[in-house]
Amino acid sequence: MTSRDTMLAGIRAAVAKGAGPGDTTVVPRDYAHTGVLTDHAEVIELLVDRLLDYKAIVTRTDRAGLPAALDTALAPVRSLVVPAGLPADLHASLHGRDRVVVIDGAPDVLTAYQLDQLDAVVTGAQVAIALTGTIVLDAGPDQGRRALSLVPDRHLIILHARQVVETVPEGLARLTPTAPLTMISGPSATSDIELSRVEGVHGPRTLHVIIVAD
Amino acid sequence: MSTFLGVPMRRSRDAESPIRGTETFPHAAKRAVNDTQLRRNLGRATATIRGKRQAVVDEMPDWEALRDSGSAIKAQVMADLPALLEQLEANVIARGGVVHWAVDAAEANRIVTQIVTATGADEVVKVKSMATQEIGLNEYLEEHGIAAVETDLAELIVQLGHDKPSHILVPAIHRGRAEVREIFLREMADAPEDLTDEPRMLAMAARTHLRRKFLSAKVAISGTNFAIADTGTLSVVESEGNGRMCLTLPETLITVMGIEKILPTFTDLEVFLQLLPRSSTGERMNPYTSLWTGVTPGDGPQEFHLILLDNGRTNALADEIGRAALHCIRCSACLNVCPVYERAGGHAYGSVYPGPIGAVLTPQLTGIHGHHDVNSTLPYASSLCGACFDACPVKIDIPSLLVELRGRAVDSDRGHGLPTGWDGAMKAAAWVMSDEKRFTNAQKGLAAGRLIARKGQITTLPFPLSAWTGSRNIPAPPTQTSRQWFAETHSATDAGKDRS
Repeated sequence: MTSRDTMLAGIRAAVAKGAGPGDTTVVPRDYAHTGVLTDHAEVIELLVDRLLDYKAIVTRTDRAGLPAALDTALAPVRSLVVPAGLPADLHASLHGRDRVVVIDGAPDVLTAYQLDQLDAVVTGAQVAIALTGTIVLDAGPDQGRRALSLVPDRHLIILHARQVVETVPEGLARLTPTAPLTMISGPSATSDIELSRVEGVHGPRTLHVIIVAD
Repeated sequence: MSTFLGVPMRRSRDAESPIRGTETFPHAAKRAVNDTQLRRNLGRATATIRGKRQAVVDEMPDWEALRDSGSAIKAQVMADLPALLEQLEANVIARGGVVHWAVDAAEANRIVTQIVTATGADEVVKVKSMATQEIGLNEYLEEHGIAAVETDLAELIVQLGHDKPSHILVPAIHRGRAEVREIFLREMADAPEDLTDEPRMLAMAARTHLRRKFLSAKVAISGTNFAIADTGTLSVVESEGNGRMCLTLPETLITVMGIEKILPTFTDLEVFLQLLPRSSTGERMNPYTSLWTGVTPGDGPQEFHLILLDNGRTNALADEIGRAALHCIRCSACLNVCPVYERAGGHAYGSVYPGPIGAVLTPQLTGIHGHHDVNSTLPYASSLCGACFDACPVKIDIPSLLVELRGRAVDSDRGHGLPTGWDGAMKAAAWVMSDEKRFTNAQKGLAAGRLIARKGQITTLPFPLSAWTGSRNIPAPPTQTSRQWFAETHSATDAGKDRS
């Protein structure tokens, strides 16, 4: 008998020994699925509040203002990487102030060491959840593989207002479960020393979110 | 001799393991409560986290509804476990992963070592994982020439300090910032000379120390917070980004999960991703959550192994108490609110699962091998105040489970061997209380207790009563019992009527 057979037989026998506490056929789901805010502008305000609470930097702009906002946000940056699918009309802003711009996979896929030499990364996102201040990346063309948004020390996310929902269930409903997903709520942090929060450990120490009005 | 009344002294005849210590809880706790540094560190840290948790829980109007869902989903998982595991296995394999089944710690350690050896690596980076703590994986790898580098800051502090974890979430909670600085300066070759005890600077030292290891790592080992059966998706909920580094950069990823960590559907995550961060670190959401399904070409590790670990869980599942304990999502809220944990600390429990849930889960995983098993004292490591039940995000009724476990211990002792002090005391009390005259006479002696009380408390009594006062004070008896008061203030006829 393999360990698989042994374990499954044991588990079946254990389960058959009787119902556990609270066993039920129906799972109650009376928690909030949708948000309570009627005006989408309030949802954006909530997201901004949460992001600032996590010590992220937030810039708000519209489509017309995006190139200038991006250039300003990249002011401290000398070199950066972008995924191949980042909209081409943004590339002019990326290259401003003599910045070195590397496109991952065009032609070469960067090694972790190469990524570590770059100051920043600019990506899009799939969805943002206002209530928890969470931005989710699903490795789509404008986000790239997961290492891109991880190794460089500064992560700039271009988020469109239409991508922002209020609650966690609304956010998860917009995701493909089998995609490599990264949920980001502020810059990396730790509470491991005396349980007080310190921002900035292994992930990007600076998270900058540019929210673009629709 | 120091002992607690009702908690017989026990010496271990069972092998020490990460979930079985070498001494009983009362003995270890007695030493811990006398460690003022430990008391101060724990008191400060648990007070901080309690406040944060309460604030973010109070802002959720649907918190109780989320708890009800979480509890019911977990009950459903236990009832459907065989089918869910097979479904998870099929989905992970379909996405390019390899699934292994491990009956116990030894088998899981062997499988991990074989996989690492096959890659040719002699060093692995690790994401904080209770499952790998439980099986003693690091020590096993070390014996086989493989260095396991813990990358979570608290785990790193524990590892560099040659210490043991004392908390589920923050294994180094027993260490203050000054101690962390000392450990880093002593053990971390590349620690800056001007390192201060500022938490931010300590975190930066860890960042620098580990970055090189992340960039060069070939193999990573993780646990998982939730495994989704219907998609084959695994997840790691974390803060620092060390998890993302391990899950993304190496070529090979090995994930060890306890079989109870499964959720039926991706939708169920919407419940647990709300319950866990608020209960655990007191945040609305933890900084990073990674989800991956098998292997994604061109993104992350191209070789993925999932190890399904039993190690006593099937035995727990067969038992009503054990099954309830398996609902635990390892948030550690029950530790942070527990007055016993706050004073005794995690090491006193002798298990990587300390605190209220540890007191239930640990003996369920190991089984209790009779009277001499040190884990048999764990159900007594509680004042039954109920704070843990209120804090538990999946509504595990820990106090009731502890009472039931105590009842079983008493039942199993009944009629075996020599009567204990507990038996004697109970028999004597029953003899006195079952007869009104004996009870009244006994009470007359009580007032004498006032003579030895200091400031209203009796703190020491001679043997055998020292068994009680060794660990508890007794309030000085009142000048009058309620029966005496009744007899004085009510006429004989009234009293007679009451009795008829």
